[in-house]
Amino acid sequence: MNAPLTATRRDLLRYAAAGGALVVAAPLASCARPSSTEETESETGPFKGTVGPFVIINPDDSVVIAFPNPEMGQGVDTSLPMLVAEELEADFDKVETVQMPLELKVAEDGEGFAWKYVGQGSGGSYSIVGHWEALRQAGALARHLLLAAAAERWSVPVAELAAKKGVVSHAASGQSARYGELAEAAANITPPQDPPALKGAKDFTLIGTAQKMKNARAIVTGKAVYGIDAQMRGMVHAVMARCPYFDGTAISVDDSAARAVPGVIDVVKVRRPALDGPYDVQAEGYAVVAENLWAAMKGRRALKIEWDHGPYADESSDSFRAHCSELLEGEGQIVRDDGDFDAAMANAASVHEARYWEPYVSHSPLEPQNCLAHVREDGVDIIAPTQMPGGANRIVANVLGREDRLNIKVQPTRLGGGFGRRLSNDYVAEAALVSQAVAKPVKLFWTRDDDLQHDFYRPAGMHHLKAAFDADGNLVAWTHRLASASKYYRRPNLPETDYWQAELYPDDFPAHLVENYRLEYFSAKSGAPRGSWRAPAHTANAFVVQSFLDEIAESRGENPLDLRLRLLGAPRELPYDGHGGPVFNPGRLAAVLKLAAEKGGYGEAMGPGRGRGISGHFTFGGYVAEVVDVDVDENGNLRVPRVVAAVDIGTVVNPNGVAAQLESGVNDGLSTALRLAINVEGGRVTNENFDSYRLMRMADAPPVVETHIIDNGDAPSGMGEMGLPPLAPALAEAIFQATGKRIRALPIADQLKA
Amino acid sequence: MIGLTVNGERRRYDGDPDMPLLWYLRDSLDLKGAKFGCGAALCGACTVHVNGSAMRSCVAPMASLDGAEITTIEAVSKSKDGGETLHPVQQVWLDEDVAQCGYCQTGQIMAVIDLLSRIPEPTDEDIDANLTNICRCGTYYRLRKAVHRAAAALKEERAS
Ligand code: FES
Ligand code: FES
Repeated sequence: MNAPLTATRRDLLRYAAAGGALVVAAPLASCARPSSTEETESETGPFKGTVGPFVIINPDDSVVIAFPNPEMGQGVDTSLPMLVAEELEADFDKVETVQMPLELKVAEDGEGFAWKYVGQGSGGSYSIVGHWEALRQAGALARHLLLAAAAERWSVPVAELAAKKGVVSHAASGQSARYGELAEAAANITPPQDPPALKGAKDFTLIGTAQKMKNARAIVTGKAVYGIDAQMRGMVHAVMARCPYFDGTAISVDDSAARAVPGVIDVVKVRRPALDGPYDVQAEGYAVVAENLWAAMKGRRALKIEWDHGPYADESSDSFRAHCSELLEGEGQIVRDDGDFDAAMANAASVHEARYWEPYVSHSPLEPQNCLAHVREDGVDIIAPTQMPGGANRIVANVLGREDRLNIKVQPTRLGGGFGRRLSNDYVAEAALVSQAVAKPVKLFWTRDDDLQHDFYRPAGMHHLKAAFDADGNLVAWTHRLASASKYYRRPNLPETDYWQAELYPDDFPAHLVENYRLEYFSAKSGAPRGSWRAPAHTANAFVVQSFLDEIAESRGENPLDLRLRLLGAPRELPYDGHGGPVFNPGRLAAVLKLAAEKGGYGEAMGPGRGRGISGHFTFGGYVAEVVDVDVDENGNLRVPRVVAAVDIGTVVNPNGVAAQLESGVNDGLSTALRLAINVEGGRVTNENFDSYRLMRMADAPPVVETHIIDNGDAPSGMGEMGLPPLAPALAEAIFQATGKRIRALPIADQLKA
Repeated sequence: MIGLTVNGERRRYDGDPDMPLLWYLRDSLDLKGAKFGCGAALCGACTVHVNGSAMRSCVAPMASLDGAEITTIEAVSKSKDGGETLHPVQQVWLDEDVAQCGYCQTGQIMAVIDLLSRIPEPTDEDIDANLTNICRCGTYYRLRKAVHRAAAALKEERAS
């Protein structure tokens, strides 16, 4: 996750021989412990790792590379093994890749638990960054051992050997051997004291080449195993009726009709979470356990439960919006205050201001939550689609009160989407509790309404922006005031005065670029559970900051792109403390803006009803700019015929994967901006399915999405989230160009209709 | 008693007639290629072919399927000798590298095979109107390219 990545020292390399195969592991990487908080975003610092099974070379030459992080569509089943294969000099076409189970160990200081090999969470676009060194070292070690085995066999110096495409050859004697032939001998070589040297970037032959997703064949033939497909001998099925009201509880429960449904085995109460602490489960509920899923679903329908409406019974989407609006009338918590904002305002030649609103939105991965749990006296098995297998392990230990976390095995499956929802393991906790109660393996399944009504939503909020220019046209003051219900809450040891940290990233653009700069936060009250939604606060804040710039440009009669470039200025390193730091280079953001503008024809005259907008944002270390075109007809129907993007994420591992993630981010941004909002009424979410939460379909998707990559050899950053933040503001500006209407509230829904 | 054919095999079903076909396929027959996304005919993740046409199996009760012939994704790539030969649409899905999480893709492929049997050379508008399955990962750009490419591949196959 957002782990600091500075390798401190490397341990001895170790490896193991298994059945004639060479099994090599990553040498010491600097990884964080599985953290003690729900989302694994705060880390406890680096520790000394050991080695583990990343590479298997079999006598038949087949190479299997394990990827440590869960695959949810972001392509780590391909990109992470590429790091290993690059150094291994394997023939990547012949490499098979598999998901590694969770591997923990007792921490070296004896205090708690640590990753056994490397960190294993998928989130924060961190997989490549986090494993960049360790997985290449795993490959380099394997190659070193194979070369040493060949040198021994032929009695020649290692320096005279070359490894390429799974073959070691000795040019002078003309001898060669395939990896499979050397594997067994290599497994008996004593490892070197120091890690073998890694290749320089100029010698990369695999990193930087376009590779297709490794497990695509299993997907298209229906063989890929998702959580929903997992099975265990003797398993029973469960669905739960959860309290739909935030923090509510049951007043009365009559389960007699449910128990009478053929196939129903039991009805089990799952208690609600502590109201002032972190969620383990999200809500009180009653699990109907049955021999098959259909019977469990029928049984749930037959439950008669009366719920009390909980402490937020009066909350609605409208009341929450009014609450935020009211907060903004007062004074908030100043969390950044550069220069003298008030004086700059007082002396300004022109002042601009606007308010923006963004609603709660849901992750809605297409595969709803589910978990297969088997709780026994002697241990626990968990098979689940989770972004955080370490978190799953910890939450099971917590809810069952078990100390021995090594005895709680977690196997992540392929995930049918994640988007941040599966950073939380509430569904794993539920399955473990129900399995414990019925003493059987339990497959817990969520239906779509369960998923939409029990999400950890992207925080909703109202933003007030204000900026001032001096008489020379310099932007001299800027404030961003945000009232929202933060995703940081119900956390032990985190005072409310720290809640802003999840909502405003203090070094984000245009910090450091405007002399008098102030950020002000208002912590709003809401019962809706909140969490990390793809590119968390970046999506909300890029929309308002970039949109506001467009408004300023328009009222000043300045070109929106020119205004951005003028603000960004020359390439230089500015401090950036948050995830994606330690520096932000405005020159790199300017460069992607320029490239996107050039490739997307920004500034060309557009016909009536057509518009083109541009935006760029720095997200978790990556720079992305997008040019969005729209056509709006006389009835206010909108189409996006094309999106052109420029991406600078440093060294690119798999350009095809980068394009795929860019396309995904564009469509996610568009889908969300067009129609998505979670509706709250009477202290509960009312959306039930995709007819009231209308995810985008083909007809609204841009038929052209271009990705242009600047590969400047800088340290790599990820790509899972970066494509999303620039989309909504560029779209809003394009709409303004086409219609003259400013979008200041999302979703756009029918704002363009007469 | 309901009699039906699934992937060429005759089956008899005497369970709850209300149970949707999706659960019969997944839980009774262990054919897990069809997925659950919404349970309300809104996403298409559960798409299979019933009597040669695409159907969202999550809302098709078993009672409505007496005498029906069902084809699932598992049979699409099965060759006569029992081995695996990809259907041209599946092959194109690999060539265009469409899948991300992949969860919607079996349903997409079943919907596209049906689409191309009805409209062999679809325009973009045909695709927009007929391919309404949701992809939460947003693979639509490649999906659209893949549909056009699959149409061309099938045309070539017919010609030869
Ligand atoms: S699960 Fe059948 S259409 Fe969504
Ligand atoms: S590929 Fe993930 S839902 Fe379509």
